[in-house]
Amino acid sequence: MGVLSEELKNQIRDNFPKYPNKRAVVLPALHLVHDAMREVSTGAIVEIAELLELHPSEVHDTMSFYNFFKDEKHTLGKHRVWVCRSISCMLRGGEEVLEQVCNKFHIHPGQTSADGKVTLEFAECLGACEGAPCILVDDECHMDMDVESVSALIEKL
Amino acid sequence: MAKFEPVLFARINKPDSTSLKSYMADGGYARIKDILSMAPADVTNIVKDAGLRGRGGAGFPCGLKWTFLPKDHPGPIYLCINADESEPGTFNNRILMEKDPHQLIEGIMIACHAIRSNSAYLYLRYEYGRSYRALDAAVKECYAAGLLGRNIKGTGFNLDIVLHRGAGAYICGEETGLIESLEGKRAWPRIKPPFPAIEGLFRKPTIVNNVETLCCVTHILYRGKEWFQSIGVPPDPNNPRDPGSYGPKLYCVSGHVNKPCCVELPLGVTARELVEEHAGGVWKGRKAKAIVPGGISMGFLCEKEFDTKLDFAGPGKVGCLGLGTAAVVVVDDQTSMVDVLFNCCRFMSHESCGQCTPCREGTAWMTKILTRIRVGQGRLEDLDLLMEVASSMGIIPGTTICGLSDGAAWPVKNAISKFRGDFEEYINSKRSTMTSAQQLMEVH
Ligand SMILES: Cc1cc2nc3c(=O)[nH]c(=O)nc-3n(C[C@H](O)[C@H](O)[C@H](O)COP(=O)(O)O)c2cc1C
Ligand code: SF4
Repeated sequence: MGVLSEELKNQIRDNFPKYPNKRAVVLPALHLVHDAMREVSTGAIVEIAELLELHPSEVHDTMSFYNFFKDEKHTLGKHRVWVCRSISCMLRGGEEVLEQVCNKFHIHPGQTSADGKVTLEFAECLGACEGAPCILVDDECHMDMDVESVSALIEKL
Repeated sequence: MAKFEPVLFARINKPDSTSLKSYMADGGYARIKDILSMAPADVTNIVKDAGLRGRGGAGFPCGLKWTFLPKDHPGPIYLCINADESEPGTFNNRILMEKDPHQLIEGIMIACHAIRSNSAYLYLRYEYGRSYRALDAAVKECYAAGLLGRNIKGTGFNLDIVLHRGAGAYICGEETGLIESLEGKRAWPRIKPPFPAIEGLFRKPTIVNNVETLCCVTHILYRGKEWFQSIGVPPDPNNPRDPGSYGPKLYCVSGHVNKPCCVELPLGVTARELVEEHAGGVWKGRKAKAIVPGGISMGFLCEKEFDTKLDFAGPGKVGCLGLGTAAVVVVDDQTSMVDVLFNCCRFMSHESCGQCTPCREGTAWMTKILTRIRVGQGRLEDLDLLMEVASSMGIIPGTTICGLSDGAAWPVKNAISKFRGDFEEYINSKRSTMTSAQQLMEVH
């Protein structure tokens, strides 16, 4: 049996008319698969390649460039929480926010909480420096964070 | 001088500012039909004569870039909208897209008409989820209202806009890295020439423009080039190669200030004015030690340089790389430049795409040397070593493909030449002042 559902495959195919060739659909396809499955496994890469008429290594080559996409060796929690570590957040206590979140949930950046809810990661500048320190939960940004507000936010997830 | 009224940000605080209805109620799209009926070359000339320079970092004259496209090209021409905004400290594109997406879409329509393009790809960094949803809704509204698609408003002009989401990589903001990424490959910048205007996306002539640049285009067409030139700084009469710094600019101010903000002002405001008058001054009653004038790639201003005008020419006059994205980051006098520089180097090392050895190795080794200094094992010679590595990498010395490397070298050169005392003091103390939180950052 295949890895990708027919529905997912159709969502990928829906992108074909937007671009003059199928290779340009690599990123949209990786996003669709990653959103639906929380990983892009080797099997999924092979099927994406087949749809896009590419060699699996070409899809893997692109995918591996972007740290964003995880393979089956790095299963993600239900939510991804990114804490910004770039300059504007660093200057306003971003590092301390991250440290205390790590302590509170007993995880290091890159790890997933024991209940599988949250994967904690670093981010580079999230482009929300007027609200530094800031964090990204999936693709929603939360600004003016401190230890209490981050903890409350994560607990609600 | 009369108080400057925001133009690009005129609508951002209105309720429902993102909807087509409210944009049109404020006069948006009112003249789009007339503009699309003008000769494309006339539109280009207006933008060129207005003196609009690109807001994405390089400050290249916008209309002039459009004229580099081959004349009478038979095949497709593409517009790429650069919405990868990732230069640390920069967030103005995000506000424009989240709060007023139609202003940008109208600019895209005008630019595409001028360059004879029927397809525009908007490359949006993944982290901007709210921008994505605002733009997606706005684009859909436009299709439904006949403002996108075929035969727009009966003018015979066709245009499709595709939103393309990135996946978290700074280098996708470099225009040829963006093109490679859009094509489904790793975002490795291309060797230039050929420039994108000759051979770009899908090997076709392509123009890449920043979000804020395109928003300015809308207003230039509505208000005229004279209006645009009434704002900002005219060319320096003593420098025949200076095209001037006309128009409004969105300055981002962050770091150690009381009120971090993004404020629209005429180009040419000084760093000190921005901090004192618009960002509520330095926080905690302290003084500023250093100010980043335009994103970390541009380097640092020291105390005696705070009155530098932040126009396209200003930061370069005091040894910075340029105006960059006009993202101002303030560092207070209680902060060590060792920590600040380490943060900049670690960012660049993380984001280097790795194609060019001087960049890949240079950014990594500079980060390692600064790590050694931070843990209390630095040697004074390390400062010369850092300078030597920084001087050997980038487009300026001619050793790399793209400008990321120059942007990695510049903060090092500026920090060590302008704040050498900070580094010497840290090294001579033979101690580490790193906190446990900083150590956590380092390990991972
Ligand atoms: C490493 C690097 C990153 C860049 N990132 C961006 C970016 O995020 N957004 C942007 O508009 N331009 C960025 N640029 C500049 C683009 O290459 C290009 O000059 C710009 O998009 C052109 O648009 P403009 O003329 O309208 O400014 C970057 C350049 C470099 C070298
Ligand atoms: S200069 Fe650096 S980021 Fe640019 S292409 Fe070379 S290795 Fe990549």
